[in-house]
Amino acid sequence: MNLADHLPILPVAIPALAAPAALLVMRRRRELAVGIGFAATLAQLAVAALLMARASGGTILAYAFGAWPAPFGIVLVADRLAGLMLVLTACLALIALLHAVVTRADRKGWHFHPLFQFQLMGLNGAFLTGDLFNLFVFFEVLLIASYGLMLHGQGPARLKAGVQYVAVNLVGSALFLIALGMLYALTGTLNMADMGLKVRALAPADQGLLRIAALLLGSVFALKAAAVPLHLWLVRTYAAATPAVAALFAIMTKVGVYALIRVVPQVFGEGAGAAAWAPAPWLWPAALASVVIGFAGVFTARSLAEQAAYAVIGSTGTLLIAVAGWSAASLGAALSYLPHSTFTTAALFLVADVAARRRGSFADAASPGPEFAGRGLAGLMFMAAAIAATGLPPLSGFIGKLLILKSAAALPQWGWSWGVILGTTLIGVIGFARTGSAVFWKTNAASDTPHPPETRRDLLAPALALACLAALAAGAGRASAYADAAAAQVLGPARSAAAVLAEGPR
Amino acid sequence: MSYEFLLATAIGVLVAGGIYLALRARTFQVVLGLTLISYAVNLFLFASGRLVLNRPPIWDAAKGGAVSAYTDPLPQALVLTAIVITFGMTAFMVILSLRSFLETGSDHVDGEAVPCDAQDGLADGLADGEGAAP
Repeated sequence: MNLADHLPILPVAIPALAAPAALLVMRRRRELAVGIGFAATLAQLAVAALLMARASGGTILAYAFGAWPAPFGIVLVADRLAGLMLVLTACLALIALLHAVVTRADRKGWHFHPLFQFQLMGLNGAFLTGDLFNLFVFFEVLLIASYGLMLHGQGPARLKAGVQYVAVNLVGSALFLIALGMLYALTGTLNMADMGLKVRALAPADQGLLRIAALLLGSVFALKAAAVPLHLWLVRTYAAATPAVAALFAIMTKVGVYALIRVVPQVFGEGAGAAAWAPAPWLWPAALASVVIGFAGVFTARSLAEQAAYAVIGSTGTLLIAVAGWSAASLGAALSYLPHSTFTTAALFLVADVAARRRGSFADAASPGPEFAGRGLAGLMFMAAAIAATGLPPLSGFIGKLLILKSAAALPQWGWSWGVILGTTLIGVIGFARTGSAVFWKTNAASDTPHPPETRRDLLAPALALACLAALAAGAGRASAYADAAAAQVLGPARSAAAVLAEGPR
Repeated sequence: MSYEFLLATAIGVLVAGGIYLALRARTFQVVLGLTLISYAVNLFLFASGRLVLNRPPIWDAAKGGAVSAYTDPLPQALVLTAIVITFGMTAFMVILSLRSFLETGSDHVDGEAVPCDAQDGLADGLADGEGAAP
């Protein structure tokens, strides 16, 4: 085994080493901790890009921890989907970290940089692992780091939202463990690829239990993805979190979507008998309801951050509509929409922060306030983010939604998907126009002019997020080709099972 | 009464109590409820390797080699992981609830300054802001 074979472990190992290092130097040399944070995030981006390049040819890299052979030891699997998610996480992390450092949000507490790296470790691990229990462990790593990040900066509003967020996720973890226990009792394995094979040979008497496990696991992932009716925790949490953290949390709902895309075809796919595609009939209506609730929230939101939080629900719902088709075309559309949706919601949170920092006591409330410095530029950024969120041309949301609509047209009951997606787009446009004109256009003469911000560099991070969206639109052909290839790979679990299980001791 | 029945009943009672408490309005009861649920989950995970009495967790080919002659060690490792994680999470939840109570002056899960006594019939005079310093 040469050094290059150890590539898949690096996205987990780098933040795992960087976090304690940042913690050690944090108190004495803060700038060094910031440097460690940036260096680690950049290194993760480089490793993720390398992994994506190696996986893009269709090879599946399987990495056995401690060289224990696959069904018994824990494996990391780097395929096209994992590569995509890793690159996305690293790009988003860089933007969020930049915003936190520029706006000095990382100085409001001692442990921002270590927690940020632990969060990345959990995310990267969840995207790489090929073992179901290991997935649970990485979920917990990313959750406990997210509790710390969510409470970063403190204050009563964050504490209130934090209690609910933690309680909901503890229940989610309990359900995850119950589903895991059932699956282990039925199949005797925790390796996802191996489980996919064992499930086919299950006795008819056990099919009911398998179905229950599939539905439990599906609801846990739907809870993470904030699909209606499991969305109630999200809005308060995200609107209360520090904006840079909320921008990073844009990927958290995608973890749930990713887990569904990874686990359902592999374990509960074609050959699973009664449990085959068990979560599918529930997922589609939930996705439709999420889109409606999300964009209704965008319409009625009272502040920009709350609006961004509802946009998270809406765009994740749109994503789930595509996922719920479970065909190569619809999954491909979902995977091309996924990066777009992540960057868009991050941009919305960051622009909301830009406005809030300039409007004094009005913060990001969606009511006419004072005229503030740099209003035109901030307004333009909000407009670009809103265009992306609603899926209008020229940004990548248009192409993403087009692909989703096109793939949905091939499915039964496509009228509902079309009607909901197109109708909510209109509602979203009106909602964003309403808050945008209130914040960036109208002025309230009675209010006094707030102090101009000490720096204009806080425009950098949202501009970067928008640049990512523009790049996605410019390279849409290559992006959607990669997404289609990734979807085809996910829907053909036999090959990945062969690649994972052939990994013997070396 | 069989061992299986006993364990299943214990899990069921723990889950029922846990759900009831987790749906209460005050954070202390919610924490207790979540703890009960996590106990139930740990027992459940433990049972996922089948209930086998008086068998070593090491499979020995020399001693007959029958699969029934040993107990599955993996669920024990899983339970250990789950216990560590849920213990840490519960400790975090306790501290968070306490912090939330001290800062907002209310131990209602919604954090509103509603007098919880009115809902629970528990009058201990700690529901409003003055209760921060016991």
